[in-house]
Amino acid sequence: MGRVGIIGVGQSAFVRSYPGSIRELVFEGFQEAMSDAKITAADMDATVVCSAPEYDKQRSPAGVIAEYLGLNPQPTFYAETLCSSSSTGLKLAYSLVQSGLHDSVMVLGFQIMSQLSSEESQERMGRGADIQWESPFGTMMPAYYAMHAQAHMAAYGTTLEDLALIRVKAATYGQLNEKAVYRKPVALEQFTDSENIFSQPVATPLRTGDCCANADGSSCIIVASEEKAKALGCDPVWILGLGAASAPVNMAGRERLTGLNVAEKAAEQAYRMAGITAKDVDVAEVHDCFTIAELMAYENLGFAAPGEGRDLIRSKETYKEGSIPVNVDGGLLSKGHPIGATGGSQIRTIVLQLRGEAGDIQVKDPTIGLVHNIGGVGLYGNVTILGRD
Amino acid sequence: MAKKELDTRFSRFGTVSFAAVTQVNDFIDHLDQGKLMGTRCKDCGRHYFPPRAHCAASLSGDMEWFEVKGSGKLMGFSTLKYAPTGFKDDLPYTIATVDYGDYRVFGRIDPGLAPEELSVGMAMKAVADKTRNGQLTYVFRKA
Repeated sequence: MGRVGIIGVGQSAFVRSYPGSIRELVFEGFQEAMSDAKITAADMDATVVCSAPEYDKQRSPAGVIAEYLGLNPQPTFYAETLCSSSSTGLKLAYSLVQSGLHDSVMVLGFQIMSQLSSEESQERMGRGADIQWESPFGTMMPAYYAMHAQAHMAAYGTTLEDLALIRVKAATYGQLNEKAVYRKPVALEQFTDSENIFSQPVATPLRTGDCCANADGSSCIIVASEEKAKALGCDPVWILGLGAASAPVNMAGRERLTGLNVAEKAAEQAYRMAGITAKDVDVAEVHDCFTIAELMAYENLGFAAPGEGRDLIRSKETYKEGSIPVNVDGGLLSKGHPIGATGGSQIRTIVLQLRGEAGDIQVKDPTIGLVHNIGGVGLYGNVTILGRD
Repeated sequence: MAKKELDTRFSRFGTVSFAAVTQVNDFIDHLDQGKLMGTRCKDCGRHYFPPRAHCAASLSGDMEWFEVKGSGKLMGFSTLKYAPTGFKDDLPYTIATVDYGDYRVFGRIDPGLAPEELSVGMAMKAVADKTRNGQLTYVFRKA
């Protein structure tokens, strides 16, 4: 098999409320990725468009977006795995190129969430769980992850302060990311000051400070075969490993709440395909929709043994200078989480890191990077491993 | 010809039901009679909760009802201070997953039981109940 690489990356700023339509928002990520790759629309053979459909009036957005970006008459289609849609898009793009069907494929992720109220948005997200057997109880994403936090704390002695430390780290880097929604510093005391919004409970034990914000945003990743990349004069970051898994949607189908099986399974596959282990990863982006999600990711990806994720954050090993830097772009906790765009943004960060173009947040000389992107509450797990020559 | 009426019994489940028609609608009648029931595959004996009309492992639709009885262990729980559209009047409420061994049950804690009294691992039992708005549901109580 030939190699498949990423030749262009882009994202819009992630914002609380984008003043425009989905096609205009998608254009922003597209524009950056096309300028990055220095190619034209005619160089693209196909597009995969990724989002969570229930936020839009527009049905089948792939066609609308392909037209707006000047990507007709090339084929386009839609891919969806909730919050991991654009990682799934990357996997599809890889497959289309590796099969020889196309030489280059663009993965476009987007979401406009601001046109719904926060309650409506929680209801939409809650419907990413089991609508027949769970939603009638009034579930929402923070509460599901909160159950995991409660179970993790009971099993391993993880503390609320450990969770807060993850948000403090996120904010350390979010301040430096001009495309992030939340750019203020965060101090541990904000979680214990009852007057502070960060300490307010959302779903116990998780507090406002433990949760990422909804956002509007788009991302764009351009994938090409080695030959095509060469012909276009691009220097790719290689896709070395891809793993994906699914789990029962209902919490009643889960054997444990202290970790996500889908992340473990996806990581195993991705490490095997890349021929590496967790120790070889130099920089990682993990799906920190909630602080507990990052802590569980440390353990599910093998950066720490089960129950020892807290040691990594306490010792600052996941900071930029640590042994395994995680989410040094601020993570979802700082950037915000525009569902369909999130995976593409994570991939973009790792590509920039591997190229040495990450600016203030550049990790020292990384050669292998990892992206962990989860759909729903551990319903879909995706792990992608990237590397450079 | 008269239009055949849809069996929408499932719309009686929970504060807000998002499904109305299912082949396990008898679940609602059992709940109405005070029994929380799951299904068991007659071919392979697997227990399913929530109940299913089919067993994918046996490729079979030959299922029988069993009652969720005895007690299970509390796996995790969370008290919501903020609710999605349609659930505001229920606040605060606590969701939980309870492990019965052969199967697990997701639901809410009895509103009469204070969250401070809960701890992971404690024994709980599921009991049929009504929601504030008169819909059918079940809650977990201390076993």
